[in-house]
Amino acid sequence: MFQLINANLGYKQSSVLTNISLKINSGERVALVGESGAGKSTLLSAFQSQMKNKAALIPQDLGLVNNLSVFHNIYIGRLNSYSSVYNLLNLAWPQRREVGKIKPLVERLGLVENLFKPTGELSGGQQQRTAICRALFQGGDAIIGDEPVSAVDKHMANLIMETLVEKFTTIVLAMHDVDLAIKFSTRIIGIKDSAICFDQSTMNLTRKDLDFLYKH
Amino acid sequence: MVKSFYKPDPVISRPQNTSMVRVSLIFVGVALFCFYFADISITTHDPWLEIDRMIAGVFAPDFLATSAIGDALLKTVSFAFIGVAMGAIAGFLLAQIFHFRVVRLLCSFVRSIHELFWALIFLQMLGLTPITGILAIGLPYAGICAKVYSETLDEAQTNALQAVPYGSSIISTFFYVRLPEVWIHIVNYTTYRFECGLRSSAVLGFIGLPTLGFYLETAFNEGNYSEASALLITFYILIATIRYWLRPKLIGFYLIFAPFLLGGGADIQVGNIARFLTVDIVPAPLRESSLLDASSWIDFFYWTASLINSQAFPGIIATVVLTQIALVVTGFLSLAFFPLISEKFLGKYGRMIGHLFLVVIRSTPEFILAYIFLQFWGPSMLPAIVALSLHNGAIIGHLMGRYSNEISLRPDHAKAIDLYGFEILPRLYGQFLAFLFYRWEVIMRETAILGILGIATLGFYVDSALADIRLDRALFFIVITASLNIGIDSLSRYIRNRLRLSRTVQHNSS
Repeated sequence: MFQLINANLGYKQSSVLTNISLKINSGERVALVGESGAGKSTLLSAFQSQMKNKAALIPQDLGLVNNLSVFHNIYIGRLNSYSSVYNLLNLAWPQRREVGKIKPLVERLGLVENLFKPTGELSGGQQQRTAICRALFQGGDAIIGDEPVSAVDKHMANLIMETLVEKFTTIVLAMHDVDLAIKFSTRIIGIKDSAICFDQSTMNLTRKDLDFLYKH
Repeated sequence: MVKSFYKPDPVISRPQNTSMVRVSLIFVGVALFCFYFADISITTHDPWLEIDRMIAGVFAPDFLATSAIGDALLKTVSFAFIGVAMGAIAGFLLAQIFHFRVVRLLCSFVRSIHELFWALIFLQMLGLTPITGILAIGLPYAGICAKVYSETLDEAQTNALQAVPYGSSIISTFFYVRLPEVWIHIVNYTTYRFECGLRSSAVLGFIGLPTLGFYLETAFNEGNYSEASALLITFYILIATIRYWLRPKLIGFYLIFAPFLLGGGADIQVGNIARFLTVDIVPAPLRESSLLDASSWIDFFYWTASLINSQAFPGIIATVVLTQIALVVTGFLSLAFFPLISEKFLGKYGRMIGHLFLVVIRSTPEFILAYIFLQFWGPSMLPAIVALSLHNGAIIGHLMGRYSNEISLRPDHAKAIDLYGFEILPRLYGQFLAFLFYRWEVIMRETAILGILGIATLGFYVDSALADIRLDRALFFIVITASLNIGIDSLSRYIRNRLRLSRTVQHNSS
């Protein structure tokens, strides 16, 4: 599904990954772990540019349009599946059909009261859930996410991860919570010092095996 | 797969304060030099004749003097509304194709010609009809809006674009992502434009459209100062309350009714339009003679040379002289005005009076101020200088006052004149110069137009040519005025870039 062979990845010069070779098959649930600034986002954006139309994306800054409502932000996930005329109609008057499809998603993630509020007025956690709903609404087989549960509480993080696993067959997420990564992924890739220094199946892995990534 | 590296931003060094001071001194020097050539004589026999009656009129506005006040305001608002709406919509569409050089040039040309000049042109083509007024506002405003909207859209944050699924149409992406990001800025700017549109619409009355200026001129001519004062006061109230009556939900309603309030006018003659475009504006030597004939081109050369020599050249000199003096006086007045509304210098009540003063003079169009001073002093550069610098000084003073409120000072800061000179002014000076250079082109455009009142700038020659029904000459002078404006605009941009003055002030000052 994704493949990198001897690639050099650079992003704003600060974190550079050199000579990376990596292959991810469809059906895998991959967690990228490592200290912030290690290069997780760089790797994700490389995946993303390879996948283009095949994966839903949750960028680190969420990519929300803060002057639009939660509903419209979620609807953006399927802008490519409708005609422009229908999209504009739905922008001016939210169509009952679309509200009907989006409602179950926001109900599940507890956003239903805020459905028609601009996302700029929401808390960081609510904004993050909006971006997740957008990816869920977009659908498809694969999702790429950059720390998609960093701003929600443990209970909500578990709920979100369960939902993602249920909806997407291939998942690649950068994660800061190692326990959560072990719980939901099938494969863990650790990044340290501009290189991949750990790449194993999650089976029988414990938190201790990953501690070295965060030590100097 | 190899991703390209981002280039670091070049290190931007702050400009030396000395270069700002040097530029200021150069401009003051140029103004003094111009002052030497400027005609600032008072030509009326008794400059303060009628001043007592005028002052009495100001303090005894007669709102019932005429039933025309309501009608004048309604028409002023209607013309502004339709004109600005047209300009904003056209500008918005043009902003989408603003990256084409030809569009940029076209926009800069239409906006370099003042509304009143456009009105005079359309008057010849279409007669005294509502369409004349609407086009006179709509056309230059389209050029201005196109530029500002396109800059605003360019500055929009584009983080959200990466989350848009692959294959979404350009139109959907534009309306869902790009436009919402900047919508509030576009609304604010358009509201500001509407306020300008009200002033433009009022001034169009001076050339015969049924807006405020028409009634104001009549009242002045008849010495009916109580009525004039009532007209102006209601106009200020109208402008000061814009945010209460210009509600998004009411705009559709206004747009439906405004066209019915414009009143009628002469019928538009298609023959007139055709004649205007194919005969009237063609330079006289080229009319009715073969364009292949060398002698008609020689005649055309002499026609051009003699027009430049006898009229355009003196007109350009007068326009530049007046502009440079007005620019520098505007600068001094802005520096004097801003403490009037600054928390750093005045208490609550003092600031209230300051606000009232600045609102009144910045809401009065330069043209009307000049018209009033002209009644006292007769046609020389003096009333023009005073009018231009008061109006523009009030605008810049207002903006600077707002900026000064955001400065935080240490608790033991200096007081009064030391505070002004050592703490506030040095911090505001870059901003001040940026505002002033943005107004430079506006001042020049107004300077040219004041010629219609009898001051010998380029507008005077346009007006005289029109009075003689020599439309080819009028258009020739208008094109020269436009080129002068475009030149000043580029010079101003060059200086702002050299001094690295902020780019972002334009939205609330142009």
